[in-house]
Amino acid sequence: MVQVTTGSSFMKVAIIQFPGSNCDTDCQAALASLPGIQAEIVWHKETSLAGYAAVVLPGGFSYGDYLRCGSIARFSPIMRAVRAVAESGVLVLGICNGFQILCEAGLLPGTLMRNNGLLFRCEHLHLRVENNDSPFTSVLHQGQVLDIPIAHGEGNYFADAETLKQLNMNNQILVRYCDASGNVSPEANPNGSLENIAGICSHGRNVFGLMPHPERVCDPLLGGTDGRSIFQSMIEAVAKLNVKS
Amino acid sequence: MSNRAITPELIAKHGLSPEEYDKVLSILGREPSFEELGVFSVMWSEHCSYKNSRPELRKFPTTGPSVLVKAGEENAGVIDIGDGWAVAFKIESHNHPSAVEPFQGAATGVGGIIRDIFTMGARPVFLMDSLRFGPIEGDGEQAKTNRRLFAGVVAGIAHYGNCIGLPTIAGEVYFDESYSGNPLVNAFCLGILRHEQIARGAAEGVGNPVFYVGAETGRDGLAGAAFASRELTEESKADRPAVQVGDPFREKLLLEACLELLATDCVAGIQDMGAAGLTCSTCETASRGGTGVEIDVQLVPQRAKGQTPYEVLLSESQERMLVIVKKGQEATVKQIFEKWNLPYAEIGKVTDDGMMRVRNGNEIVVNVPARALADDCPLYSREAASFTPPAQLDLATVPQIDPETALPKLLSHPSIASKRWVWRQYDHMVRTGTAVLPGSDAAVFIVREANKILAAATDCNAIYCKLDPGVGARIAVAECARNLACSGAVPIGVTDNLNFGNPHKPENFYQLRAAVEGISEGCRAFGVPVTGGNVSLYNESPAGAIDPTPTISMVGTIADAAHITTQYFKQAGDQIFLIGETGSELGGSHYLLALHGRKEGAPPTMDFAQEKAIHAALLSVIRKGLVQSAHDCSEGGLAVTIAESCFFNSLAASIDLGSTNQRPDVLLFNETQGRIVISVKSSNVSTLEAELSKSGVPFRKMGEVTAKADLLIKTGANAYRWRIADLNEIFEGAIPSLMGG
Repeated sequence: MVQVTTGSSFMKVAIIQFPGSNCDTDCQAALASLPGIQAEIVWHKETSLAGYAAVVLPGGFSYGDYLRCGSIARFSPIMRAVRAVAESGVLVLGICNGFQILCEAGLLPGTLMRNNGLLFRCEHLHLRVENNDSPFTSVLHQGQVLDIPIAHGEGNYFADAETLKQLNMNNQILVRYCDASGNVSPEANPNGSLENIAGICSHGRNVFGLMPHPERVCDPLLGGTDGRSIFQSMIEAVAKLNVKS
Repeated sequence: MSNRAITPELIAKHGLSPEEYDKVLSILGREPSFEELGVFSVMWSEHCSYKNSRPELRKFPTTGPSVLVKAGEENAGVIDIGDGWAVAFKIESHNHPSAVEPFQGAATGVGGIIRDIFTMGARPVFLMDSLRFGPIEGDGEQAKTNRRLFAGVVAGIAHYGNCIGLPTIAGEVYFDESYSGNPLVNAFCLGILRHEQIARGAAEGVGNPVFYVGAETGRDGLAGAAFASRELTEESKADRPAVQVGDPFREKLLLEACLELLATDCVAGIQDMGAAGLTCSTCETASRGGTGVEIDVQLVPQRAKGQTPYEVLLSESQERMLVIVKKGQEATVKQIFEKWNLPYAEIGKVTDDGMMRVRNGNEIVVNVPARALADDCPLYSREAASFTPPAQLDLATVPQIDPETALPKLLSHPSIASKRWVWRQYDHMVRTGTAVLPGSDAAVFIVREANKILAAATDCNAIYCKLDPGVGARIAVAECARNLACSGAVPIGVTDNLNFGNPHKPENFYQLRAAVEGISEGCRAFGVPVTGGNVSLYNESPAGAIDPTPTISMVGTIADAAHITTQYFKQAGDQIFLIGETGSELGGSHYLLALHGRKEGAPPTMDFAQEKAIHAALLSVIRKGLVQSAHDCSEGGLAVTIAESCFFNSLAASIDLGSTNQRPDVLLFNETQGRIVISVKSSNVSTLEAELSKSGVPFRKMGEVTAKADLLIKTGANAYRWRIADLNEIFEGAIPSLMGG
């Protein structure tokens, strides 16, 4: 079999496994289905992420979500390395519980509260791409509607007014919940998130957290392939970096 | 040993009959200690010993070329699925705990069944649930209680399954008066493993150390197995301490640690601590290994200080395992437990004297022959009442209701209405294998690591079972098989959960016996073994016994992803066929219950030969790529089946049932078995007709899928019309509106 690689090398992605992570192998399988990626599980007690072009914090219930979602995981030994590589510009993607951990760790602003309906919600829904000027959305176009499922009890995004203003001003809101036609409406908001926010990136644009699960829609047999575009964007971004360097 | 006096009152309080106590005396040759009395009490409860049901359960077919581990041998049966892969699956009840504490009761039910699966060395891959509650409509106190139980149970299942990361992909929920005060919560788990990975629950190798790993032992769930083997009464609320508290995070760690451990060569035997906790796991492993086990309760990790040996032995604290380690491998084992931050301790060793011996430091508190304790419980063949099959329903006594009124009412009945409110709370997509989401006839799951496609369904129409338990059980098996066939699957095995009332009442015992015989007959007809299951008796509230509910869960395999079929119509213009014939019975139907308030008559009959021929014919046309959708007719009959097929893709249908002398309500809402509604591309109609004719099963063209606003059904001169959007809203909205959103 011909091994397809992007840029000058094979892209190595670290998937952090916290105690209680449960989408780690799902992310690994989704990434492995794309050409040019080698996805490895990295135990949370490790302290280095050297050699990885990107890092994924997968979904799950790290530390049982005890105390508060993500609040204990942020003290795991690996998080020092995650912070260091994030500051050096490496791509960091947090999905669901991974998003919650990134917020708790201060790598992304804001917080995720209990769903306003108080119940866990698992379902397919739609996201509107708000901005494609990021390493996570570059293969998409602005306004594009994606079908990516959610599965969470605490995905109600909140930030203070000033933070929200900054997020909007800096185009850090990458995806919002919308209906099938792309209307960002209160009816399309599954959890009470401010301004239907489903995912935001850091000011430096290399850290992205979202509540929906792109890894669950990377196979037509499992109801869609819209999730691939996020990973595809990451591959292209890393390839460009490699070409430059 | 403890010197607490063993009085007749104390013996009675432990649920042992005088006859059973005499047997204890003859096994021991002396009076038992207080701890030993407790140990016999839980091990000889119905929940652990199956003393009232075992003679009946022997009637199940349990063997077959694909059976790798038989029912009753281990924690769960194991079935070969080819290429060196196997599945371990089982269903288990947590009815009584859920009645007094729905959230924790249901959560720990899920936790318990997951442990049964990974104890076998299998990686759990999905869950299902079969639930029963009293009616949830109205403002009465009972309805409020039923809603609280329903909400609590669903939240408990969601809490545990979601956190541990297993998708709950299918199930069933029914509401009926007989479950008021005694809900049923049956949880199913399936795991996957390589043949060589099958782990055994036997204490092998004299001198091998016995390790305890997992949560610390506390006072929760004290003697839960004995509690589960009593009727529920007003005082049952005082049994709340008998309900365990679950910690899915701990179980996730335990699961990963055990699978990592089993992949090494360090384990001689492994057994989870479920019902009867430490007691059951030590005496069962010793009994299976033909050895003895000696442990010291003082070495057991404990949550609270000052627990007595009696409490430690009988606690049903969750998320605990007993591991028999090969001598010399202790260091590897400890390293794995430490990696996963799990409390553990070496608490004893395997001996050669066949005794279950428990020390409290230097004092011996239990010294019982392990095999006698595990296997020698007296078995009872209870008296079964004689049974007269119910008379056919006299249609003249059933006033006709306009189908245009009746169909929306049926679709809004909570037992038929959409269960989205339930499964939206379950993560049904984690582990990225769910190919058919909840809501269709059977769930379909792709097991990535094994490259296998599995289908699973769970069914039981307890109305039929109430009216005629044998027929009801036969239908439950057939309906499961039909659901699998509709998804493109061939059945490979069955696990059953027998939920009945107090077996001392002859009427209840007849129900149990007839159901077991009906299930056995069904399994033989479809050539599938029963791989294990669970018996839950004493399901009675002050108002009486539940309707007999022998829940069937069936697992199947799908050869090719192209065969995966759902119940939903796919595109306008497709032609709709009915495979099977519609009879004239209304007995036991949901139409009779929901529209006329009557639970009576004879249920539909079950002709296994015809049923099997229909499944084979359907599978054959599915495999030839001719079928767009397939949906079986069950509760609510033909009209409900057609409406449900329309919903998912917002299509409608135009149906003509031709001229008939049947009453329209009978034609549209009766529940004749062995019927499947399929849709087919127009271009494939003649090929399909030729294929079905060749197979000799009855079929007829009924109409076509449309993109219109109305569902239209004609029978002779009558035409009935419903706006499909209205029906969909009624179907989807019924449960959320009752449960407040």
